[in-house]
Amino acid sequence: MSEHNKEMDHITGVETTGHEWDGLKELNNPLPRWWLWTFYITVIWAIGYWVAYPAWPLVSDYTKGMLGHSSRAEGQAAYNQLLAARLEKGAGLKDASVEEILGNDELRTFAIAQGSAAFGDNCAACHGSGAAGTTDYPNLVDDDWLWGGTIDAIHETLRVGIRSGHEDERTNDMTAFGRDEILEKEDIITVTNYVMSLSGMQTDEGADLEAGKVLFEENCTSCHGEDAKGLQDLGAPNLTDAIWLYGGDRAAIIESITNGRKGVMPSWEKRLDPVTVKSLAVYVHTRGGGR
Amino acid sequence: MAHTIKRLSVEEGLFAVFLTALAFACLAIAAKAVDGVMAFHATVGLIFSALGVFLIFNAYFKRPADVDETGYNLGPIKFASVAAMFWGIAGFLVGDIIAWQLTFPALNFDLEWTSFGRLRPLHTSAVIFAFGGNVLLATSFYVVQRTCHARLPGRVSPWFIILGYNAFIVIAGTGYLFGATQGKEYAEPEWYADLWLTIVWVAYLLVFLGTLWKRREPHIYVANWFYLAFIVTIAMLHLGNNISIPVSIYGIKSYQLFSGVQDALVQWWYGHNAVGFFLTAGFLAIMYYFIPKRADRPVYSYRLSIVHFWALIFLYIWAGPHHLHYTALPDWAQTLGMTFSIILWMPSWGGMINGLMTLSGAWDKLRTDPVLRMMVVSVAFYGMSTFEGPLMSVKAVNSLSHYTDWTIGHVHSGALGWVGYISFGALYCLIPWLWNRKKLYSDRLVEWHFWISTLGIVLYITSMWVSGIMQGLMWRAYDKLGFLEYSFIESVEAMHPFYMIRALGGLLFVLGSLIMAYNLWMTIKVGEKAEVDAADPSLVPAE
Repeated sequence: MSEHNKEMDHITGVETTGHEWDGLKELNNPLPRWWLWTFYITVIWAIGYWVAYPAWPLVSDYTKGMLGHSSRAEGQAAYNQLLAARLEKGAGLKDASVEEILGNDELRTFAIAQGSAAFGDNCAACHGSGAAGTTDYPNLVDDDWLWGGTIDAIHETLRVGIRSGHEDERTNDMTAFGRDEILEKEDIITVTNYVMSLSGMQTDEGADLEAGKVLFEENCTSCHGEDAKGLQDLGAPNLTDAIWLYGGDRAAIIESITNGRKGVMPSWEKRLDPVTVKSLAVYVHTRGGGR
Repeated sequence: MAHTIKRLSVEEGLFAVFLTALAFACLAIAAKAVDGVMAFHATVGLIFSALGVFLIFNAYFKRPADVDETGYNLGPIKFASVAAMFWGIAGFLVGDIIAWQLTFPALNFDLEWTSFGRLRPLHTSAVIFAFGGNVLLATSFYVVQRTCHARLPGRVSPWFIILGYNAFIVIAGTGYLFGATQGKEYAEPEWYADLWLTIVWVAYLLVFLGTLWKRREPHIYVANWFYLAFIVTIAMLHLGNNISIPVSIYGIKSYQLFSGVQDALVQWWYGHNAVGFFLTAGFLAIMYYFIPKRADRPVYSYRLSIVHFWALIFLYIWAGPHHLHYTALPDWAQTLGMTFSIILWMPSWGGMINGLMTLSGAWDKLRTDPVLRMMVVSVAFYGMSTFEGPLMSVKAVNSLSHYTDWTIGHVHSGALGWVGYISFGALYCLIPWLWNRKKLYSDRLVEWHFWISTLGIVLYITSMWVSGIMQGLMWRAYDKLGFLEYSFIESVEAMHPFYMIRALGGLLFVLGSLIMAYNLWMTIKVGEKAEVDAADPSLVPAE
C-alpha cells in the first residue's frame, strides 16, 4: 500500500487508502458497527438453529438436532390430525346411505362442505367452479338430468362414470348416422329440422317436417322416446326443451346426428374414497336441481 | 520502424483454424441431423463460424502491418452495449407479452411457438443472459481496461467473446421458440449450446485474467474482484448444472446425469447462484465503478468492500436449497439453505452501504443528475430485495410465499429495480464515453425514463405482493370442518386484476426502455464531440 498517497477527504474528514484507479479512490472508513453486529447475530442465530434442527451432513448420516425435528413427520402428523378431525366430524357418513345423509341436517352440512372442496379440485375443471357446466359439459345446477337427478342416480353416475372403462359404466350410443352411412345428408337435414321444431326453434324455410317426423320415428324414438322427451335409463336427452349439451343451433344438431356424441366422465370410485364420493353426490344434488 | 512485414498473428491463425474446423463440423451435423431444430442450428453454426473466418481475414487484409494497439480496445464494448440495448428491449417486450398472456390466456393464440411455455424462457434468458450478459461483458471489458490501465489482450479474442456470446443467445432463443429445451430453469439451452458457451466463457476468463496480469496498477480494483468472481463461478455453475449426455450428436435431445432430488438440488444450486454471481456479483462490480465515477466521490469503505466481498462469495453458494423447502430434499439441506440465506443478509447489504454511502457529500447531485439517481435507486432496490430474499428463505415464511406470485414480485424488484437500473445507469454513462460525446443527448428524456419505469416497477411489485400473499392465503384456507375453502381455479380468478396491474407496470417499463434507446441512439448520432478520446490511455497511472 502506498502510504504516501494517503490523503484527507475534506468533505467527510476521512483518510483515503492511498490507492487510485482511473481517478477512483477509497475511503478508509471502518466497518459500520451495526452492520458487523447484525452479521454476528445472524451467525449466532444460525449456529443455534443448527444445534436445534437437522443441519449438517455426515458420512452416512446427518446431525439430527436437539429438537428431533422432521418436516416430513410434522407434515404427516398435521395431515393425520386433519383426517382424524374430519373423520370424527363426519363419522356418520361412513355407514349412512346418500339418502340418509341428505335427510340429516348435521350429516348434510358436513357432506356439502366436503363435497364443495372435492368438487373444486376434481369436477370444476369440466363442470365449472359454479357447476353450471359449459358446452360439452353438463350443467349440474338445473333440474335437467341425462342419467337421473335423484340422489341415488347422481351417486351412481359419480361412482361408475360415463364411458369411463368402469365395469358398470354408464354408456349409450348416439349413432353416427352420417358417418356410418345410415342416413343421407338430406335426410339428416330433414330430421334436424324436425328436431328443431320440437323445441319451437325456427326451422328452414320449406322444411318437410312430416318427412322429418317419419325419419325421427324410424331412427330416434327407441332412445329419445315417442314424445322425444328422452329416457334417463339410457341417458338419452330430452329434445323438446331449450337445454342442449352440445349446442342447440342447426349446425350443432347436424353434427350430433352426423357423427354422434361420446362424452366421457371419469369413474370416481377408485380415485376418491367412498365418503368423498357420497359427499360429492350430496353437494351436486343440493346445487338446486336435485330430484 | 523502417519496414514491417505483415504477418497473421498466432492468435488470428488459431482462431481461423478453429472456426474453419467448427464450420465443417456444423456442416457434417447439419447434413446428418436427425431433427429439424438441429439441422437449423447446425446451419446457423456453419454460417456464424464461416462469418468468423471471414471477419478474421477481412481485418487482416485491411489492417496495416504495424497496427497501433496501444489504446484501449473499445470496439467489442461498443458492440456489446448496442446488443444489450437491443436484447433488453426484446426481453422486456416478451416479458410484458407473457404478462398479458397470463391475464388473457387467449393471447397464446393456440400456437406452440407463441405459447407461454416457450415465451417464458425466451423472456428470462433474453433479460438475464442477453441483456444482463451483454451489459456485464461491455462494462467488464471497459472497467478492467480502465482500472488496470491496460489493453485487453488479443486482437481476435475480445471480438470472439462478444460475438460468440451473442451467437449463443441466438441459438438459445431460437431453440426455445422451436421447442428445444432441457427443461432446467435458467439453463434451458441444450447440450450443444452449452458446449459453445463453455468455449466462449473460458476465452472470457482468459482475456479478463490476461488484462489483470498486464495491469499497470499495483492493486486490483474492487470492481474487478467482483467481475472475476462472477466469471469463475458462472463457469463452475454452468459446468455443474449441464452434465448431460446427448442421445446423438446429430440431435438436440440430451439426458441429465442427475435425476430426482439430486437433479433438483444441483439445479437450484445453479439457479440461486446464477442470481448470486451473475445478477449480484457482476452488477455489484458495475456499481463499484460507475457510482463513484459518476458521483465523483471515493468509495465509502475499503474494508467493508473486502469483508462483504469475501463473505458474499463464501456464503451465497450455500443458499440454493431454500428454493426446495418442504420438498423431497432432506431437512438438513433445507436448514443449511435457510440459515446461510439469513447469514447472507449483511454481506449483501455491505454492497448497499458502500454504494449509498459513497454518495456522502454528493447527495445534492441526485437532484440534478437523473443517471446517478437511477443508479442510487437501483442500490435501494438491491437493499430491499436482499432483505426480502432472506426473509422468504425462512421456512415459515416460505410455506406461505412458495409457488406464489410473491416470488415473481421479489425477483422483479431485484431484476427491474436493481439489475435494470444499474445497467441503465451504466449504459447512460458508457455510451457517451465510448463514442467520445460530451454528454447525453437529453437529460430530460432520462428523467422521463426514470419516472415512467419507476412507476412501472412499483405497480409490478406491489401487485405481485398483494396477489402472491392472497394466493398463498387462499391455498391454505380451511373451513371449520377441515376442508379447503377455495379451489385452485378460484385463486386464479382472484389474481386476474393484479395480473392486469402487473402487465401495465411491465408496459411502462418497456416504454421507458424505448425512450432510453432513442436517447442513446441520438447521443451517438448527433451528440457533441468530447475533447478527450476514451480509447486514449495516456493518463498517467497512479503508482
